[in-house]
Amino acid sequence: MEIPKTFLGYKREDGRTGTRNHVIILPVDDISNACAEAVANNIKGTIALPHSYGRLQFGADLELHFRTMIGTGKNPNVAAVIVIGIEPKWTKRIVDAIATTGKPVEGFSIEGVGDIDTIARVSKKAQEFSIWASEKQREERPISDLWISVKCGESDTTSGLASNPTVGNLMDKLEPLGVHLCFGETSELTGAETVCEKRGKTPEAQEKFRKTWSSYNDFILKEATDDLSESQPTAGNIAGGLTTIEEKAFGNFQKIGGCKFIDVLEPAEEPTKGPGLYFMDTSSAAAECVTLQAAGGFNLHLFPTGQGNIIGNPIEPVVKLTANPLTASTMSEHIDVDVSKILSREMNLDEAGDELIKATIKVANGRLTCAEALGHREFVMTKLYRSA
Amino acid sequence: MDRISNKEIVTMAGTDIIIHDEKDNVGVVVIEKITPKQDCDCWIMENDKSVKIQSMDEIPLGHKIAMTDLNEGDTILKYGHDIGKVVKSIKKGEHVHVHNVKTKKW
Repeated sequence: MEIPKTFLGYKREDGRTGTRNHVIILPVDDISNACAEAVANNIKGTIALPHSYGRLQFGADLELHFRTMIGTGKNPNVAAVIVIGIEPKWTKRIVDAIATTGKPVEGFSIEGVGDIDTIARVSKKAQEFSIWASEKQREERPISDLWISVKCGESDTTSGLASNPTVGNLMDKLEPLGVHLCFGETSELTGAETVCEKRGKTPEAQEKFRKTWSSYNDFILKEATDDLSESQPTAGNIAGGLTTIEEKAFGNFQKIGGCKFIDVLEPAEEPTKGPGLYFMDTSSAAAECVTLQAAGGFNLHLFPTGQGNIIGNPIEPVVKLTANPLTASTMSEHIDVDVSKILSREMNLDEAGDELIKATIKVANGRLTCAEALGHREFVMTKLYRSA
Repeated sequence: MDRISNKEIVTMAGTDIIIHDEKDNVGVVVIEKITPKQDCDCWIMENDKSVKIQSMDEIPLGHKIAMTDLNEGDTILKYGHDIGKVVKSIKKGEHVHVHNVKTKKW
């Protein structure tokens, strides 16, 4: 199949391209959620991104909070941003960083004003942004403007056999075209960590991966009260036939095909070494991982599932594929691409990879994913430790 | 989008079991289930070879079958790699899962 050289996206002020055109109402902290949700309810064409944190965090955990907030606002799938916080200082820090992209962004704080007046003031600005963004048109953009992140969930053995290798096939075909790619799930590479490490393109990337994986593994061993058999593999994984973390890891690892990663990113860190594959240090929990990848600037997500994970994200469209014929039929409203024919040998990986590329381009051009149509907007911050 | 029912999967299937790598000592059931004493076709993805095995247990879609006899302490190979250790001996054709295999990590 000849891969299209372009797709239809929204060109942004900083040169990046969005596959979506969202106006987001971003609360800095948990207590500003009510205000953000009220504004999004008032003004059509906007979405609120409520979450659970943002107060009394400190150190690396606070840095990650800011990186996630700022990265979400900077993501090219976002046309304009309103930031609401309880107090002005942290709010301004986020507004100023998002403003470096050149996109419209404005901050509001609630202290000394109260919810009701804040909602009124913010609603006026949100209406202005929403109408402004509605005039934006999709235009032809190079395929290299796609930044694709991947993560698998509710995996079973069909994931390692077929749906993850289908994503790997897509990566092998899109990497030479200058697409940015990203995989994560640090803990879920346990058992395959030495094989994964060798996929680092440079000794520096390999070394960085080794340190990142070891640090995550040390943390898990320190906190673990049992052998983790209740968590990794999950009950869903075990029902699907996955027995050990090692088996899950080698299945997971099929998602990167034959690609090598050029750098290891902190959670929510934006890649800066040009096109190619990146590894991001993330949790293996679906919503946390995709939220971090979206904050890293990725504009389209591919999500292979076995037993049927239903995750979506508010700003990054999540395309789901499965090779499990039972999941494809019993949970069809969640599955964008059915590659179960690989298991019956009626379809090969090359054909499945092509099908996934076609679906990816359609979604990049604006076709809604199943998760978007169902209203899945899981925005979940990663928290590193307790607040002060 | 075309979807195929499980019934069709069973009748149209080119194989009952898929094995990733020639070195693997387990295969994965890719039909709805296999039943005891069923003669199964296995396809080895890596070299496109086919082998046969008779099952001893009922094994559902996605679950593993032992391709050889395995003793306590043996290593399970899948994708050509170590994915855990045998904790209860397993006969060729039996179901391989959390009741007889454990991680070597954690």
